[in-house]
Amino acid sequence: MSDPKIEGFELEKGFRGMAKDTGSDQTMFKGVHWGKAMMWIFLLSDTFVFSCFLIAYMKGRASTPVEWPNPSEVFALDAFGVPVPLLLIALMTFVLITSSGTMALAVKYGYERNRKMCGYLILATALGGLTFVGMQAYEWSKLIHEGVRPWENPFGAAQFGSFFFMITGFHGTHVSIGVIFLFIYCYKVFAGHYDEGKRGWFTKMRGDYVEVEILGLYWHFVDLVWVFIFAFFYLW
Amino acid sequence: MDETNKKEQPSSTHKIGIYLWIWGLLFVLSFFSYLVDWYQFQGMLRWSLILFFMFLKAGLIMAFFMHLYWERYALVNVLLWPMTAIVCFVALMVAEGKYTLFSRLFYFFVGG
Repeated sequence: MSDPKIEGFELEKGFRGMAKDTGSDQTMFKGVHWGKAMMWIFLLSDTFVFSCFLIAYMKGRASTPVEWPNPSEVFALDAFGVPVPLLLIALMTFVLITSSGTMALAVKYGYERNRKMCGYLILATALGGLTFVGMQAYEWSKLIHEGVRPWENPFGAAQFGSFFFMITGFHGTHVSIGVIFLFIYCYKVFAGHYDEGKRGWFTKMRGDYVEVEILGLYWHFVDLVWVFIFAFFYLW
Repeated sequence: MDETNKKEQPSSTHKIGIYLWIWGLLFVLSFFSYLVDWYQFQGMLRWSLILFFMFLKAGLIMAFFMHLYWERYALVNVLLWPMTAIVCFVALMVAEGKYTLFSRLFYFFVGG
């Protein structure tokens, strides 16, 4: 949330405000912390990387004359002896959205300077992320046991495996990195680094709860990418 | 804005209700997109429903969880306009994919 009353006067809103911000001196993103602007620009570049993977998958799937494996059957899981389509994927989606919600609340409580609530919610988010990575590891090992490889699989078109491992693997890497940072920030919140303005490890910047929001942006992005993977890879 | 001023006035926060609402909506929409597969809808109905729920979920996450709805337009526009390049790329690759499929069928199966 950018503060519209920054720099001593009320900034104009809407498109006129945008024109004035863009044409003004010194800063373009007024009232936006530089770390937040940089995180957004990083996420924009990451969006392009993920789009390239998903577009490559679309092109690969559209251009093969061989039958594509039916994701509804490939990713089915036996529950009490009955195969339920996409059961594990639905659970993973549920876990990731839950952790996204706790992260949003952590950002809110951070800005309200509620140290304990913020810390516990970040911890819950980290545990959710860890659960997600665990479920993905299970999914990978299950498919590898069934004979899915990047160059072949028993279900259909050979390209399936390489796209699956590349896209979900790259997303899983993002989740894992996010979990590591969530634990670090959880420690920093509980230790009170953002209340007393303690400087970070790699920067002279004073600690502030805006850092929780920056981390939150990354975490929501991971959830956002999963929305697209879920739609295009598992449902399509 | 100097340091002392920053400490006194906390950044504007939003009511907890809005987050809980969005959170609930995301669960409901995910459930609906799962139902698309459960009931095995096929063809245009399936694809349009998948895309509809996907964009709705993505929009809710970006607008409220990532606070884009409350950001200044300068930032919002810098972030959203580059996405049109992705749309162009998709359009190009759809055409390319069709051409590749045609060539494969024509030269591998029909025999040229």
